[in-house]
Amino acid sequence: MADILEIKNLNKKFGGVIATKDLNLSILEGELHAIIGPNGAGKTTLISQIFGQIFPDSGQIFFQGTNVTKVSEYKKSRLGINRTFQITSVMKSLTVSENIQLATDTARENSFKFFTAPNNQNIIFKKIDYCLSQVGLIKSVNQPVTSLSHGDCRKLEIAMALASDAQLLLLDEPMAGLGPTETKEMIALLKRLKGQQTILLIEHDMNAVFALADQISVLVSGEIIATGKPDTIRRDSKVQNAYLGET
Amino acid sequence: MDYTLLLIQILNGIQLGVLLFLVASGLTLIFGILDFVNLAHGSIYMLGAFICASLTYELDSYLFAVILSLPIIAIIGYTFEIFLARPLYARDHLDHVLGTFGAILVIDTIAHLIWGPAGIAIPLPNYLDGQITISENIEVPTFRLLIIVVGLTAAFGLLWLVNFTKLGMLIRAGASNRTMVAALGIDVRTLFAIVFAIGATLAGIAGMLIAPITEASLGMGNNIIITAFVVIIVGGIGSVKGAFVAALLIGLIDTLGRSFLDDLFKVFMSTAAAENSAPAISSMSIYLMMALILSFKPKGLFPPRIR
Amino acid sequence: MLMQFIRSFKFLILVSLLVLPIIFNQIGMSFYLDLATRLCILAIAAVGLNLILGYGGMISFGHAAYLGLGAYAVGIPAHHWLYGGLDFLATNNGFVHITIAVVISGIFAFLTGLICLKTKGVYFIMITMAFSQMAYYLFVSIEEYGSDDGLVINTRSQIPLINLDDPIQMFLVSFSSLIFFMWLVHLITKSNFGLILSGIKDNEARMIALGYNVYLHKLIAFVFSGIICGFAGVLLGNFTTFISPEMIDWSRSGELMFMVILGGVATVMGPLFGAIVFVILEEVLSSITIYWHLPFGLLLIAVVLFFKGGLSSLLSK
Repeated sequence: MADILEIKNLNKKFGGVIATKDLNLSILEGELHAIIGPNGAGKTTLISQIFGQIFPDSGQIFFQGTNVTKVSEYKKSRLGINRTFQITSVMKSLTVSENIQLATDTARENSFKFFTAPNNQNIIFKKIDYCLSQVGLIKSVNQPVTSLSHGDCRKLEIAMALASDAQLLLLDEPMAGLGPTETKEMIALLKRLKGQQTILLIEHDMNAVFALADQISVLVSGEIIATGKPDTIRRDSKVQNAYLGET
Repeated sequence: MDYTLLLIQILNGIQLGVLLFLVASGLTLIFGILDFVNLAHGSIYMLGAFICASLTYELDSYLFAVILSLPIIAIIGYTFEIFLARPLYARDHLDHVLGTFGAILVIDTIAHLIWGPAGIAIPLPNYLDGQITISENIEVPTFRLLIIVVGLTAAFGLLWLVNFTKLGMLIRAGASNRTMVAALGIDVRTLFAIVFAIGATLAGIAGMLIAPITEASLGMGNNIIITAFVVIIVGGIGSVKGAFVAALLIGLIDTLGRSFLDDLFKVFMSTAAAENSAPAISSMSIYLMMALILSFKPKGLFPPRIR
Repeated sequence: MLMQFIRSFKFLILVSLLVLPIIFNQIGMSFYLDLATRLCILAIAAVGLNLILGYGGMISFGHAAYLGLGAYAVGIPAHHWLYGGLDFLATNNGFVHITIAVVISGIFAFLTGLICLKTKGVYFIMITMAFSQMAYYLFVSIEEYGSDDGLVINTRSQIPLINLDDPIQMFLVSFSSLIFFMWLVHLITKSNFGLILSGIKDNEARMIALGYNVYLHKLIAFVFSGIICGFAGVLLGNFTTFISPEMIDWSRSGELMFMVILGGVATVMGPLFGAIVFVILEEVLSSITIYWHLPFGLLLIAVVLFFKGGLSSLLSK
């Protein structure tokens, strides 16, 4: 299996603060790779660099073998990398199905259709149905997003990510703000999605991480201090000191 | 190349720049520190001119008129802040724009009612109406030099106030953390009203200074406000230093453009083409410059630091 | 049931707008016909502005520039046709006028949009104002076309089979143009592009993350919007036959914004309602006093201050 994402010697400084320090990370295709780490470890900066919101000072990012270090944000999504947001970021004034529609390739490829709907409406509707049933939101298909609960909004985020048919999906704290039942549902959902695409999971919830991850990398102060299978990480003393000791 | 003319136009450009700075500095302070967009700032400039004009006739002295107009304008600014600006702080910038747009309509009409549709000229006292000889060929009107001196004094005074006094420190603190400053027992609301009054006074002074040259007129506020916006966009919103640099730049480009662009064009165009196109291009010059600068630095020359 | 009523109410308004002014004209009160013509023209401009402001969330305070450009696109060729000079431009042909208006408005929107759309929020508002002011000063500086005093042309655009000198035909052309543009913008907003535009208005960051070239989409909408207003300018120039830089004054832009925001953003009928309210207000207030800007300004301030959430809450439907 090849590396779908390879990050080499990534460095980023803001003024005097080192946010990313000589970071190296490899994600294998098809795996669910979790990144954990204490607050302030530099997760946001890392995500921003992967997605092209900011560019690194030095180092490279390879996606499926291609150097994508300097690719700007809107182009990244078209390459097959997509993400969800830690703080739910959907189009609140639209309906559930409209949100998913916007996430599909078809909508994007037909973005210059000024007077008509996209050509392949059937494909879009099938996809909307599929994505919503995967996350259990099919009943809400035509409802305005404002009527959804927080937990359902998080599911919508996942549904939108699915609709994009991305090969690499970054999930930014999908458990954020979920109650115990909802968390169980989300873990079950992510278990179902595992294997369909490569997932990079950023999470604080350790139960979720250990239940889902094939590999875990630990990010502390801008560097990856350890990578390995969950059991290995659990027993690693460096990691225990830096992170697990806190929980 | 007529160097005398060039020097005089440079001085005129600096004079325009200095006046623009007086207006723009208040605007950028109010925007940068109070986060309030005041379209009606130009109307205050106009009121400064009209009030000074009326008082000049009443008191028969331009100097006393100016001295008396200053506190009047400060009070107007203070009142404006309390009744219009303060209720809008919590709102979106769009509401500021629409609300102050309404204020312009109101103030302009009131001015029309009080002073009539025609402009009012202000006669200068003799001691200000003369010329100063700089060199054998060059004479400059005294008043224009005075404007430059007053403007530069105001500029340095403002920079000193904001950076080296307790009031300035409170202003800067209140801008970055309103709640904290209030918790320390400082009356932030009065503080902001003072900032507003200072900004208004500066605009008023500009109006009082330009009126003897161009006369107080109803449209003057609306003309200057957009140029002032261009200054603060180019200079960077909230930056007094940026407003100063941008104001001088714009003053010089506008003045020199109007005088010399046709000469410049004649170098590579026919005389007729140059004379036809120059007025049009020079009228657009400051906006073209704004566009150019924005394409490289979208937040202006001295962009605000993220709070 | 309610939907049917609302739909029929809208239909009623449109029919009244079409029929009443003509009836009044026939019984000797031509004033209402002129009023209705002007109303239609302003409504077209409001429809154009609504596309980017209401549906796209781009608050342009400089759209009066396009009205002016469209008007001068009629005025300048007509001026040369009447009085000579610049033979390649001298024409009375309405189709040429419209083409010039569309092209010039489109180019102006494109070039200014390139710069403006790199900014957001109040910067965007101020820069659109600045560019509009630039257009104002441009026309003021051209002596040949009247500068401050404006341009008078005593001819209207010639269009085959139509005589714009006849007030009723002028009105009908304006009215049908309004219906056309309302329909066109409606189509655009219901299309895929329209969905994307509303997504951009709602959450630009997310749309970028989803892979859309948001800048380009905004630019395209911006150009469409300018062209529609430019067309309205052609009608305005024909209607008034007096074309001056005052048309580009930024208080005109403010009035357009007022119409769009108060009429109901992101709706088909909103711009028309806003135009109706504005024109009626203007007529009523100016019949009371020539200083009608005073009560109008006070009204605007009152609405901004006392409307719950401010007028900007009306923007996010």
